[in-house]
Amino acid sequence: MSYGKLDHRNGDLPRGEHQMFRMHAQNITKPQTRTLPRRLRRLEAESIEIMREVVADFRKPVMLYSIGKDSSVMLHLAQKAFYPAKVPFSLLHVDTTWKFREMISFRDETAQRLGINLIVHVNRDGIERGINPIDSGSTLHTQVMKTDALKQALDLYGFDAAFGGARRDEEKSRAKERIFSFRSRGHVWDPCNQRPELWNLFNTRSRKGETMRVFAISNWTELDVWEYIMLEDIPVVPLYFAKKRWVVHRNGALIMVDDERLPLVSNETPELKMMRFRTLGCYPLSGAIESDAITIKDIVAEMQVATVSERQGRLIDTDEVASMEKKKREGYF
Amino acid sequence: MDTDALRELTFTDSKDQLRFITCGSVGDGKSTLIGRFLHDSKAIYEDQLQTLARDSVKHGTTGDAIDFALLVDGLEAEREQGITIDVAYRFFTTPRRSFMVADTPGHEQYTRNMATGASNAQLAVIVIDARKGVLVQTRRHSYICSLLGIRHVVVALNKMDLIDYRKEVFDRIVADYVKFASNLGFTSVAAIPISARHDDNIINRSRNTDWFHGPCLLDYLESIDIQSETAGLPFRFPVQWVNRPNMDFRGYAGTVVSGSIAVGDEIVVPASGRNSRVKQIVTYDGELVRAEAGDAVTITLADEIDIGRGDIIAKPTERPEVADQFAAHVIWMDQEDMVPGRSYGFRIGTQSSASGSITAMKYRIDVNTGAHVAARTLRLNEIGFCKIATALPATFDAYEANRRTGSFIVIDRDTNRTVGAGMIAFPLRRAANIARQPLSLGKKERTALKHQRPCIIWFTGLSGAGKSTIANLVDQKLFAMSYHTMLLDGDNLRHGPNRDLGLTESDRAENIRGAGEVAKLMVDSGLLVICSFISPYKAERDMVRDAVGDGEFIEVFVDTPIGECVRRDPKGLYAKAKSGMVKTFTGVDAPYEAPSVPEIHLTTLNQQPERLADTVLNCLAARGIIVPTNRTEN
Repeated sequence: MSYGKLDHRNGDLPRGEHQMFRMHAQNITKPQTRTLPRRLRRLEAESIEIMREVVADFRKPVMLYSIGKDSSVMLHLAQKAFYPAKVPFSLLHVDTTWKFREMISFRDETAQRLGINLIVHVNRDGIERGINPIDSGSTLHTQVMKTDALKQALDLYGFDAAFGGARRDEEKSRAKERIFSFRSRGHVWDPCNQRPELWNLFNTRSRKGETMRVFAISNWTELDVWEYIMLEDIPVVPLYFAKKRWVVHRNGALIMVDDERLPLVSNETPELKMMRFRTLGCYPLSGAIESDAITIKDIVAEMQVATVSERQGRLIDTDEVASMEKKKREGYF
Repeated sequence: MDTDALRELTFTDSKDQLRFITCGSVGDGKSTLIGRFLHDSKAIYEDQLQTLARDSVKHGTTGDAIDFALLVDGLEAEREQGITIDVAYRFFTTPRRSFMVADTPGHEQYTRNMATGASNAQLAVIVIDARKGVLVQTRRHSYICSLLGIRHVVVALNKMDLIDYRKEVFDRIVADYVKFASNLGFTSVAAIPISARHDDNIINRSRNTDWFHGPCLLDYLESIDIQSETAGLPFRFPVQWVNRPNMDFRGYAGTVVSGSIAVGDEIVVPASGRNSRVKQIVTYDGELVRAEAGDAVTITLADEIDIGRGDIIAKPTERPEVADQFAAHVIWMDQEDMVPGRSYGFRIGTQSSASGSITAMKYRIDVNTGAHVAARTLRLNEIGFCKIATALPATFDAYEANRRTGSFIVIDRDTNRTVGAGMIAFPLRRAANIARQPLSLGKKERTALKHQRPCIIWFTGLSGAGKSTIANLVDQKLFAMSYHTMLLDGDNLRHGPNRDLGLTESDRAENIRGAGEVAKLMVDSGLLVICSFISPYKAERDMVRDAVGDGEFIEVFVDTPIGECVRRDPKGLYAKAKSGMVKTFTGVDAPYEAPSVPEIHLTTLNQQPERLADTVLNCLAARGIIVPTNRTEN
């Protein structure tokens, strides 16, 4: 593995145990009676086909690994797509240095367990400029530590295709994005000038300096993802499961106090609450939900009666109207 | 069924996802219909509704009510302009089935988007305004659905409330539609009287249409059986990727697009005609005995035969077509017109880097009436029927027989944009009947006799740049060194074999294609072929480059500024072009695409032709094509 640990994390091991949530031990060669519903089998096959297209036609692909449930599913699909060969590309994690500690330990253990090369990229320039989600605001933080960092990493390693775990049901500009999303030089997305995408005949051609973002699970819904995780026993970050954690109420959201870097305002007192996350990002920007869902079955049941979308937990989306589209134009995933 | 029932999902659902497209024009109530599906299936969450309510005030057209169209129009430009530009994919799930809806704009100028949405749809919901009946756009949408291979159609006759739910109106419009659609090849046509606004027969059966005994729209969508579409077809397995983790394993990764295959079955690779048997069907979850349509697997064979990406594995008794010429419907999707004769990239199945050209336009189709109209080219959003030739034979089926192996896309070779999409109708037997005559003597033998390495030395540049002058000198010098050469000049060819061609973009393409073919024959005979053509388009030069072997195409860019060419004007053509006597003259009112990385770049300003010719010879020597001494002395 080639990644630079962050200085301020050294010696700062997570509180408590390394909690790797796994329903059962991962057994690579489990005897198979396929129990997946036809709908998931079809989505699975479609994603596998997309991944094989990328590996067949691109020189140096990479998988953007954000540590979330969608990344877990993508990684699982990649193992299936290339079996018995190993996954023929690296994972890239763009680390804003503000991810939950449980995410980081899960990331490292996953890469080790699967024997996959993991690249961790941090925008050093942003660190030096002191950019952080609390003082700089979510917009600037996201721009510098996620969007710029991602572009830096893609350029640095010369990747010509990058898998992302975005889904079309997440957000309305994503509903219109292609599976093979072409980026001109500078990683720019032009939503009004996308290549038509018919049948499964993806146009994989690009010139030097141009790149492709490939959304292999475009047609999955949030519920599909959880159902698949349940039926395939895919490990996910424990933060998705309800547990008593220290949180504060801030701007209508529940923010977890993951480390001492979160400054508390005078009237804020951390409370111990049974809570979990539907979506994971930088901890000061990720809103938790109160929940008793401690198993995947519970999560799925909870989802079926959910009345708010998963992205509501993302404080970065509500900054401005069309903010996702704007970020995507600039090169965000 | 009430709305709440939609929320109770179960995991016993083993039904496939249904992918459908909604067709209808602005005002027909299409967005309201989709909005209702999404809303009532709880696919829209509260926070999204809040955003929607906010947007409705800002951009909406429905006053205080929530404007569902805004939910569908995802892009900023669309919301600002109040129109749908692009294809959006929406998802909703009911206890019985999950759905993916392709929502596309209905205007004629968005035919390409509708075709895109239809390409992956199994069913079309055609929304008709009950007050208006079957209109021109209804015909257009139905025609496109039919052309793209959709076989199940449900007519949703909307706004029944505005015609007092009258049965006779419904019956009349349905009869009209059925009559019109009878020759579109649909397997099933259903019709349902609805009101999207009041939920008549969408989620719930309506009391207002007691005379109607069919299912409501959701019931229909949940229960229609479209499984059998690919299961009964011949086995087709396009190879995506060769999996070789070690010397002991060689597997072909791909998805079974139709039919099924079992371990032990005999297979054939139609392109090469080689046979073998299926040894294993490998998946991460264990080996399978049988793989069926839709399964992504890795197949190993009993014999080592040469198979690569782009090959299709089939059964010997059910072979696909193999041909380098075929007829196809093409939908043009680019701002730039189609140029028949030009070399385009083609993607046919997993053959993602094929090249070929549209050799003839048969006719354009008026999408509103289905009428055939004479045409020489296709413009954006136009559909036509054409003949296509590929550089290498392609393996395919007719689109009508198999959507997955009968479709292709057309790609601009310079910008890589997807400029067209096509559906193969049939192979052109001309190609099959004219087998290549095997020759006893080949290029190798002919070349050996002449003791030289044949190639094309291709001079390109503006008229008056000095191409012919330098090419002539190079020819003389090579001749003096005892090389066997031939010089092809643009003007001379236009007096001979290409005399029927003009100066339009497509005629220029054909001129170069013809010249390239002649030059290639001469290379095969072992000659150094010097060509002098303005050849303004990169695509055509690259087509000639691709026609010969690696290193056999030496592009010489004769780079002279247009001002200098006009000053020289050796043939008086610039003067004529300026006075309007010559039309579409390169550099004046037709483009010249300079080579980006020519093998040889000659800047002619203040240079003597003699010196420039020597530069060319030196470069040829550096590439090992000639030996820089006089051969007669050897």
